[in-house]
Amino acid sequence: MLESLIQNIINALQWGSFYALIALGYTLVYGVLTLINFAHGDVFMVGAYIAFFVATFCLTVLGLPGWVALILVIPLTMILTSLVGVTLERIAYRPLRKKGAHRLYVVITALMCGLILEHANLAIFGASRKAFPALIEVQVYNIGGVTFTNLKIAVIVTAFLVFLFLHWVVTKTRIGMAMRAISYDKFAVPLMGIPLDQIIVFTFILGSGFAGLAGLLFAMSYPVLEPYMGALIGWKAFIAAVVGGIGDIRGAFVGGFLLGAVEIMVVAFFPSTFRDLISFTVLLAILTWKPTGLVGIAQTTKI
Amino acid sequence: MKRTMQCLIFICLSLLLALPALAADTIKIGFNIPMTGDIPKVGESSKFSAEMLKADINGAGGLEVGGKKYMLEFIYEDNEAKAESAVTTALKLITKDEIIAMIGPNSSKQAVPAGQIADDNGVVMVTPWSTNPDTTFDRPWVFRAAFLDPFQGPVAVNYAVKTFGAKTAAVLYDLSNDYSKGLAEIFKAEFEKKMGAGTVKAFESHGTKDQDFSAQLTKIIATKPDFIFVPDNYNQVALIVPQSRQLGFKGEFMGSDSWGSSELITLCGVACYGLSFSTHYAAAGATGATKEFIDRFSAKYGATPDDVAALTWDATRVVLLAIQNAGEITGKLKKDRKAVRKGMEAISSFEGITGSMKFDEQGDPVKCAVVVKITDTGEFAFKESVCP
Repeated sequence: MLESLIQNIINALQWGSFYALIALGYTLVYGVLTLINFAHGDVFMVGAYIAFFVATFCLTVLGLPGWVALILVIPLTMILTSLVGVTLERIAYRPLRKKGAHRLYVVITALMCGLILEHANLAIFGASRKAFPALIEVQVYNIGGVTFTNLKIAVIVTAFLVFLFLHWVVTKTRIGMAMRAISYDKFAVPLMGIPLDQIIVFTFILGSGFAGLAGLLFAMSYPVLEPYMGALIGWKAFIAAVVGGIGDIRGAFVGGFLLGAVEIMVVAFFPSTFRDLISFTVLLAILTWKPTGLVGIAQTTKI
Repeated sequence: MKRTMQCLIFICLSLLLALPALAADTIKIGFNIPMTGDIPKVGESSKFSAEMLKADINGAGGLEVGGKKYMLEFIYEDNEAKAESAVTTALKLITKDEIIAMIGPNSSKQAVPAGQIADDNGVVMVTPWSTNPDTTFDRPWVFRAAFLDPFQGPVAVNYAVKTFGAKTAAVLYDLSNDYSKGLAEIFKAEFEKKMGAGTVKAFESHGTKDQDFSAQLTKIIATKPDFIFVPDNYNQVALIVPQSRQLGFKGEFMGSDSWGSSELITLCGVACYGLSFSTHYAAAGATGATKEFIDRFSAKYGATPDDVAALTWDATRVVLLAIQNAGEITGKLKKDRKAVRKGMEAISSFEGITGSMKFDEQGDPVKCAVVVKITDTGEFAFKESVCP
């Protein structure tokens, strides 16, 4: 019983790590622009595909060993995915913002961008799934009946490191201060000489880059890629961000792990048929109790 | 000059007279198959197989019905592997494309709802791959080319008990898939009937879009079953098997016919080698007409045909036979569809490449199943054949 519990805690930490990594991207953009970037789940999917192509290229064309390929794949995936995020911002969101469109229209634009990414992928690469190549050998460790792999540990550690890094950026650096200032007052901040557009682009680089990293880790853990893989996990990560308190880095992190834990533990202790029913009821109860999320601060306008 | 004019007029007139006859010289059959969505490989296999059959028959001048040759026209529509799209696709094929009979949908998830549409509209539907009893149950217009889950379930149970020496089992199935859920329940009832109540130690479900099964697998592994029965689509199998190994499960797996796609090996790799599943036919070691089909298919498309390809071939040939049995094509849609339905009834037994079959009063074939084991090179090798 205790072994099962510890095993499920590890499972929950791994699954929650993915929610947390994606939720961080939602919350960064929301924190600065008060925009719900619904394309984020699909940016995550694009990240997984970019990782797939870069990894296949490194392994087959360059013939590198797995671990060298991994060292190359991590930065390349993050850079290329952040380019996708910045492109979206540049061609879809910024023109609307410049025209002073209401936030609602930008959110709908984001939804459409997500669908475009999905269907472009479907049209270009076809509907058949891709098998992600094994970059590192997965080692299974067994300690007292609890099993875990080197990959699981890597995923969990990465999620914590990314959180600490982003928290440091937002709270301790000048650029983070600018990000917080923009979220406080978008109109006064440019008057103080802070370059609004550059800060926004930087936000998208951070959010999309880490979505790319999440995509890579996800593809390594669940090596079957398909164009719709980002849709459901993206929605759930958004819910995690809201439950945690959207706009706050800590909220996204806590929310992601909370959702992962609730989903896993419901299956562990109840019939798995009731998983989504019970887990979303729990989240609804949390939101009823704290409508701004666990660490969120009340705002006058929210979408 | 005058003669040329007469000649021209004659040619024009004969062409005019011939036009309606030309239009009636085609037979339209609709294919309601998944070309995108969860199982695109299934739709592709069906289409490849049908194209090959069409080329054969049209190449020989067409299908002979009542002493007259008709060209075949196959209309492929994508049902996106969704139940609701399968319904709209069926309606479109029946009302807009004016087909005489429909092949597909392939999985029970789409075939059960689409069968209702075909039955309501009085169009013969033959599903190649659906194994859920509800697809044809009380629907006189709906037929199938595959065996049924109440037959497949016991095949899996008997094989596991005999080959693995299993005394306990666990089941992991897809809750939102009619096929998976139905087969899981049949398996559980059958296994407990044979091995005693409570021998199915865990009975867990997941959603169609799930990628993480660690919680369900942890629960299953904690009950220490001898093997896990996974009646899931191949894409989910490719995630479930490696994840269970990473959680320390060393026992056996038993699968069902939804495993039988060549993509299973591409996605799952070495982790799936050595596992067994029940299915409709085994490509390795085939003889006679089956071998001829496999050789031609491989030569044309560069891949061994999976069970869907073979079953689509059989299902389409059954429909063509029924059209021939109808005796004549009048061009009146309603009458012709009825004649095809009568033609289906007239088939007493049919020699298909997936074995010989007889249709019972529900429109289900009585035929054998095979159990296939995945070899160390990723091939589906024949293990045993089980007949009703």
